[in-house]
Amino acid sequence: MSMRQRRTPFSNLFCPTLIFGLCLSAASAFADGPQAVPSILAPASTPAYEIFGLSLFVLLITGTIFVTVGGLLAYALIKFRARGDDDMRQEPAQVYGSVQVELAWTVIPVLIVVVLFLTTARIIFAVQDAPKPKSALDVTVIGHQFWWEFRYPTLGIVTANELHIPVSSKWHPAPTYLKLLSADVDHSFWVPQLGGKTDLIPNHPNEMWLDPQSPGLYLGQCAQFCGVEHAKMLIRVYVDTPEQFEAWARNQQKPGVQDEAVAAGRQIFDTEACMNCHTVSGTVARGTFGPDLTHLMSRATIASGAVENTPDNLRAWIKDPDQFKPGALMPAMQLSDQQIDQLVAYLTTLH
Amino acid sequence: MSTVPIFADESWRLPSRGRVGMFSLIVGESAIFSIFVVAYIYYIGRGTYGPTPQILEVPIFNTICLLSSSLTIVLAEHAIKHGKVRQFALLWGLTMALGIEFLVGTAIEWRKLIFVDHLTIRTNLFGTTYYSLVGLHATHVVVGMIGLSLVMLFTLMGRVNQSHAERIQVLALYWHFVDVVWVVVFTVVYIVGR
Amino acid sequence: MADQTLPIPGTLEEAHRPARMLEWLHSWVVTVDHKKLGILYIVYSIFFLLVAGAEAMAIRIQLAIPHNHFVSPELYNELFTMHGTTMVFLVGMPILFGFANYLVPLMIGARDMAFPRLNAFSFWLTAFGGLMLYFSFIGGFGSYGMGNAPDVGWFAYAPLTAKAFSPGHSTDYWALSLIVSGFGTLGTAINIIATALCMRCKGMTLMRMPLFVWLLTVVSAMTLVTITPLTAAQVMLLIDRYLGGHFFDAQAGGSPIVWLHFFWIFGHPEVYVLVLPAFAIANEIIPVFSRKAIFGYPAMVAASVGIGFVSLTVWAHHMFTVGMTAVSNSFFVLSTMLVGIPTGIKIFNWLATLWGGKIRFATPMLFAVGFLFQFLIAGLTGIMLSVAPWDWQLHNSYFVIAHFHYVLVGAIVFCIFAAIYFWYPKATGRMMSETLGKWHFWIFLIGFHITFDTMHFLGILGMPRSIFTYEPDRGWNTLNMIISLGGFVQAIGVLIFAWNLIYSYFKGKEAGNDPWDAWTLEWSTPSPPPAYNFAVDPVVRSRRPLWDIKHPQDPDWKYER
Repeated sequence: MSMRQRRTPFSNLFCPTLIFGLCLSAASAFADGPQAVPSILAPASTPAYEIFGLSLFVLLITGTIFVTVGGLLAYALIKFRARGDDDMRQEPAQVYGSVQVELAWTVIPVLIVVVLFLTTARIIFAVQDAPKPKSALDVTVIGHQFWWEFRYPTLGIVTANELHIPVSSKWHPAPTYLKLLSADVDHSFWVPQLGGKTDLIPNHPNEMWLDPQSPGLYLGQCAQFCGVEHAKMLIRVYVDTPEQFEAWARNQQKPGVQDEAVAAGRQIFDTEACMNCHTVSGTVARGTFGPDLTHLMSRATIASGAVENTPDNLRAWIKDPDQFKPGALMPAMQLSDQQIDQLVAYLTTLH
Repeated sequence: MSTVPIFADESWRLPSRGRVGMFSLIVGESAIFSIFVVAYIYYIGRGTYGPTPQILEVPIFNTICLLSSSLTIVLAEHAIKHGKVRQFALLWGLTMALGIEFLVGTAIEWRKLIFVDHLTIRTNLFGTTYYSLVGLHATHVVVGMIGLSLVMLFTLMGRVNQSHAERIQVLALYWHFVDVVWVVVFTVVYIVGR
Repeated sequence: MADQTLPIPGTLEEAHRPARMLEWLHSWVVTVDHKKLGILYIVYSIFFLLVAGAEAMAIRIQLAIPHNHFVSPELYNELFTMHGTTMVFLVGMPILFGFANYLVPLMIGARDMAFPRLNAFSFWLTAFGGLMLYFSFIGGFGSYGMGNAPDVGWFAYAPLTAKAFSPGHSTDYWALSLIVSGFGTLGTAINIIATALCMRCKGMTLMRMPLFVWLLTVVSAMTLVTITPLTAAQVMLLIDRYLGGHFFDAQAGGSPIVWLHFFWIFGHPEVYVLVLPAFAIANEIIPVFSRKAIFGYPAMVAASVGIGFVSLTVWAHHMFTVGMTAVSNSFFVLSTMLVGIPTGIKIFNWLATLWGGKIRFATPMLFAVGFLFQFLIAGLTGIMLSVAPWDWQLHNSYFVIAHFHYVLVGAIVFCIFAAIYFWYPKATGRMMSETLGKWHFWIFLIGFHITFDTMHFLGILGMPRSIFTYEPDRGWNTLNMIISLGGFVQAIGVLIFAWNLIYSYFKGKEAGNDPWDAWTLEWSTPSPPPAYNFAVDPVVRSRRPLWDIKHPQDPDWKYER
């Protein structure tokens, strides 16, 4: 029976080094703006920055502990391995304990915990209890199965799935405060580059804030399992320059476009039960179970980010939502192809 | 194995299995009750509609009966420990009677709540937490009564004697637990919660 | 095996083989012998380990590429729910209680557990609960091919589990099966406590009990106050679903957050219930293969009890994102970091046990060494997650999944493998193959690291958990593929292990009483032990009775404090 096979120190240290190296390379990729990969190491908003800074500190401490303890373990395994059968005849010296050593390795961890706790508590209070400036924009986020409703109470805007917020900066702070509610089950709002996640829980309003420092599109998704299509409850946050935001808001505040050319489509919308779930402001459609469609064409995606907002996708979605999102709560309305054509023609005018 | 005796006259005494087992069961059951009690306390005043705890009438008589049954069961334990089977049977029967009274009293109270005040487990949050907590306790009383009945049966069949004193003590421990839980439930539901 | 029905020579001929087989099976069904029940628990768990492993493989195949269609979203949600529920309740708990059942009476010099019939009853309750859980795939009026298996996540958050959002029976199967098997677990916990406190052989004071017994007693005590909150919460859930109750009904004033609190009051101590037996196993194996007594036995006892108590105060670190106040969040940060201290101390004690020893790298020790490194890493990622702001980012992401699989697989499963290689000779009388064991170790180790090291990055790059697919333009594709491939490598390792178990039973080398030159009482009995365990009740004078016999000029009791 061979006793010479053992874990080499190389294999012990290879994996953690790889991890650390990848972490550092990811860290160096942290950009000042949005990126396709929603990495928490690419913070673009103050809460995310604070968390990132704290995490580097924590990584330093835990990394040091790992290298020290892991190194000692590896050393012990090599230095004190049995050397052949002869060596096994004599038992080594039996050491039952040592008060000094045990005291030391109790006190040191306690000190580490004290330091870690105090730094952590500071960031918790800084983020959670940050004073709200007057320039803050209020947005109410209501989680649904499986889409996001966004309401801007001070601006009179209701939209869905794609959040537009103004860019902020140190000189002109314009944070956005999100009030988080839920219409059905638990959800969680997570856009890693902009901040930690906060849950949306029915009858338990939560609040979080973001102050993105660079304009662009930031990606996220629902982070609390909410049912069949949880995976497709995606979030798109458009951080706009003040001009862009102004233009967007003004458009959103207008009532729905009334184009006579597509009256047939609007007729179908109003009579075939679409209006029971959807709102198009300025018409009789006042349903709130599904997303507000007044400015549907101002959005880049449909089905909460699941697919691009193109007429073909719209038609496929209306024909059978299960095609893109099996389990979505919108039923297939059994419309004829002609009806769907007219409907899509109508919807594509809703800019 | 090592048959070297340590000290020739060392006495090696360990706790009794039955007692330790029953204590462990009581700890587990206490945890279950704690969760229901915590839920009850947290939800006091949070119901958004329906009857409130004001409709409850404090069950003083029931409580006196149940708590007295703890006393009678202690006396019964004492009796069997000293081999007085007849005295034991009487006291045990008295304990059972007090337990039955408690259950009957609870049933009367619930009849009033359901048919007069229209409070059921589904009516509102108060109904849910009330019936769950008090019902959980009543279930444990029923289980205790089953245990007590078995012992009564064996006693009437003449099969119980002094050597069973310890086992009877273990069962009595469960009955005491049920009483202590009632003290907590009573305080939370009828005093604090109203 | 361990039953001792001696056939009268001449009466059972070849033609009666079916009858002997039936009698043998029957003996297993009616047994109250702790050793047989222990083996039943372990075999049951290994079966479900393979089932839940298959579920994991299905999950990994689905996630290997984005927008995959290997399974439907509904089936995927059932798979990850069942994978978690099975691994915790039908693998983790039973296998650890199985080891407890087998070893605790032997280690304390007792004839059996305190309540043998309760022992058997508890096993069959647990087993039945598990079967009921899996019946959900075929029972009721669920979808074809998928049935009504639970699909609400193993944590079954309200209000997703309300009748309104889960109209089928999936939640009911989840709640009922776990209530039933929970009673089984409770029975075994009571049994272990009573056995350890009341059945020790002469001379075995509490401070001379093997650490394995200490830890399993602490685990059993924790179980009493851990499983019970889950049972209570599940009863509340069933009241909501079937009696029209309003415990978690936000409209009536109830609160989904109450479910979260109750669930995690169970859920967090539960993971300590799962990991403490892994420590127990390490405590027995590391000293034997370092040829030294465990360093700091009293501190290890204190640390174990300490972990038991403190772990009851940390539960809301699973709820940092729920919207608790900054003060509450800070409290749970502190308590979680504090529980890391006794845990870290244990690692130092193991290090000190190795230090100055003569380390033999037989298969059990290889797995124990893997456990040491991996548990160190898992503990450190746990400390990272205890930092609430970090958790605000990484809660419900693949970083958390990586962390807890590092504990569950890297620490617990590695220790279970170590335990099987270590005690298999005692239970069967045969050694497992060292060659196959080493193949198993290295392949499983490599697969484990390929999968779970990589998984930490996925979380850091923003991928949440519980999603049946992901978007292809988020940079998660390659990492997911790597993780899935690692899963297959682990599967190969596990298959080698399963083969080793079967092969060694028939062809393994004879083990004898004490193949590892160990020091606790179970190694003084024949392998396998007879039904009555000890022909003469042992009398002990130290923590390592066999060391005292083997080293009469230098016994432990001269030095132990």
